[in-house]
Amino acid sequence: MEKIIERPHALIDVPTHYCPGCGHGIIHRLVAEAIDSLGIEGKTVGVASVGCSVFAYNYFNVDMVQAAHGRAPAVATGVKRANPDNIVFTYQGDGDLAAIGTAETVHSAARGENITVIFVNNAIYGMTGGQMAPTSLPGQVTQTSPYGRDVNTVGYPVKVCEMLAQLDGPAYLERVAINNVKNINAAKRAIKKAFTYQTEKKGFSLIEVVSTCPTNWGMTPEKAMKWAEENMLPYYPLGVYKDKYAEEK
Amino acid sequence: MAQKVLMKGNEAIAEAAISCGCRHYFGYPITPQTEVAAYMAKRMPKIGGTFLQAESEIAAVNMVIGASAAGIRVMTSSSSPGISLKSEGISYMAGCDLPALIVNVQRGGPGLGGIQPSQSDYFQATRGGGHGDYHLIVLAPASVQEMAQLTVQGFDLADKYRMPVMLLADGTMGQMMEPVELAESTAEKVEKPWALTGTGMKRPHNIVNSLSLTPDELESWNGERYKRYAVIEKEETRYEEYLCDDADIIVVGFGIAARVAKNAVDAARAAGIKAGMFRPITLWPFPKEALHKRAATAKEFISVELSMGQMIEDVELAIRCERPVSLCSRVGGMIPSPAEVLASIKAAAARTGGNA
Amino acid sequence: MTKNILIAGFGGQGVLFTGKFLAYAALLENKQLSWLPSYGPEMRGGTCNCSVIISDDPIGSPIVTEPDILIAMNRPSLDKFEAAVVPGGEIYVDSSLVDRKVERTDIKVHYVPSTQLSTEKGFDGIANMILLGSVIAGSGVVEQKDIPAAMSKVVSAKHKDLYDFNIKAIELGYEYN
Repeated sequence: MEKIIERPHALIDVPTHYCPGCGHGIIHRLVAEAIDSLGIEGKTVGVASVGCSVFAYNYFNVDMVQAAHGRAPAVATGVKRANPDNIVFTYQGDGDLAAIGTAETVHSAARGENITVIFVNNAIYGMTGGQMAPTSLPGQVTQTSPYGRDVNTVGYPVKVCEMLAQLDGPAYLERVAINNVKNINAAKRAIKKAFTYQTEKKGFSLIEVVSTCPTNWGMTPEKAMKWAEENMLPYYPLGVYKDKYAEEK
Repeated sequence: MAQKVLMKGNEAIAEAAISCGCRHYFGYPITPQTEVAAYMAKRMPKIGGTFLQAESEIAAVNMVIGASAAGIRVMTSSSSPGISLKSEGISYMAGCDLPALIVNVQRGGPGLGGIQPSQSDYFQATRGGGHGDYHLIVLAPASVQEMAQLTVQGFDLADKYRMPVMLLADGTMGQMMEPVELAESTAEKVEKPWALTGTGMKRPHNIVNSLSLTPDELESWNGERYKRYAVIEKEETRYEEYLCDDADIIVVGFGIAARVAKNAVDAARAAGIKAGMFRPITLWPFPKEALHKRAATAKEFISVELSMGQMIEDVELAIRCERPVSLCSRVGGMIPSPAEVLASIKAAAARTGGNA
Repeated sequence: MTKNILIAGFGGQGVLFTGKFLAYAALLENKQLSWLPSYGPEMRGGTCNCSVIISDDPIGSPIVTEPDILIAMNRPSLDKFEAAVVPGGEIYVDSSLVDRKVERTDIKVHYVPSTQLSTEKGFDGIANMILLGSVIAGSGVVEQKDIPAAMSKVVSAKHKDLYDFNIKAIELGYEYN
């Protein structure tokens, strides 16, 4: 019998704490596949953030550090500056990266820090039980926006890729999604490209992955995928927002 | 023996750090410690090191966390308001058992306070400063020579015990120049098998982490850390005594306050009062046993501080309130003069029936 | 022996440099010494002062509150610190900028028109070094023979012209004590 698919080596064979149908499982796998395919597992160091992905340090088969809320890019900067030959990535959610950690996100991007940021945008704070995120959509009902996000009082969502694209620092910014097979394949290519750029010392890259949170959205996993497609993708258009080295391809 | 050079305290810290292998500095400008950053900015690129001016003190301390987790010697420096911002990261460092040197060249507070010397971050430093059960080793230099020496020892202690060490100086120590002989580290190099350097596909992955949602596990981590703290209290307590053997009145002070106190003690002796000075060099661990011993013979203690009275609590605890302790202090960037300390000594001598 | 020296003037008059130079000279003589500036925004045009202590013994407080020697480069400095000088101490005054006499009678006063001299004799901008020459000759706080070596510590060899310029200003000051 021929084995046609197996767990990536960079992913440890342990049960995760993620809810059934959560997007993190798919995204973890895509990151691990990129690490496997580039043969960089032995020199990769990951930085886990605070949020649902806080336990990422238990799942990736690479050296891992757990950062304070929002500080992952600063911690990654320290790791990378200490040992520039290591491949360093952060794995952060929307609250971590686009609210409490905005300064670290913007400035690591502005410095063109040679790290890879995996940004999981599911428009909600998952771990604390479904509060409004900086990326929650206008009108979106959450525990802390029970009448729907009112842009007149709490403002508008932060569009991270669009914002960072204004900077000269970043090398590569792309927004991808995991709502269908086609998009998952595109996400896989983008994540691998981001890591490749780092190995080529091209500088800062960020891949924003539009994901789902069936539990806190109060939907089945299938419905959540559909909700993301119908509501998030129009607000967060997929695509490459910056690629300094595009013409080289 | 190396030749003596004239340096500012802040520069001595920077050069001493470089001399003992620190090649990574992350910081953010703030008076009165900016010379540390300026010195590093000039020197690091020439010796293959990294100087990075972060976007905030918060980012700087987290860069220190990353570099420390990667197994190298690393430091940051700041002054009081900046240390408050770094306190979150310092708590994480303690929780992750990461070594690093954090320098606080104190200025007056609270809030934005002032830029002149102060010692009012004593509680913050000796009690940890951030959330959770932890200590820092806190070293208090009283000369430019000690700024250099304790920097080197600070790195050594941090590596040895896998914990953050704070050098608690003040604006005077940072800004003053004195002859200094740069010390090299004599400590054995500490292996760091826990460091995040990549598995090399040869070992299980290392994790640097302070999180555990399992209470008994988290309790055991804390317990292990406190066992180490107990060893430090036993092995690493440092202090200086000056004319304490026959002293009726003992003045306790650290850093610049100790320098002032020494003048006052000399003046008191000249006036026929048996005064002595006790200077804690480690503020945590506080030299409580050595000070307690002095309570057997001394009649009164005076805590000289550039704060509204913080160390005085440790003095009282150390001598178990067996003798009266009074406070001689100035704050807000003011420094007690030798005359003010002498007046306190004379008042204490009068109370104790001394010959003043 | 311990000499507590307080140097005071406006920012830009070379207060800190004067102190630094004295400190280097004392270092060459293997003396104990400390140099402490008033720091902060006053560097930029306000009043500025600097404590230098030179001693044969370890130095306690580096803050000079009761100077043995006061170097007053302007009127506000003299007004502020005259009373603090120890009895029997000395005051060196830039008499071209300070328009009054010292009132104390229990101290030795040296009036040196250093700013005027610097203009007349071609030492623009380094009146402080002329005044310092007077202090060195008058007080003997450091020895004249160590001055050239101390100067080479603070002025790099690349700037031979600056070195000569400063040395000559100090030597001019030797004549005024």
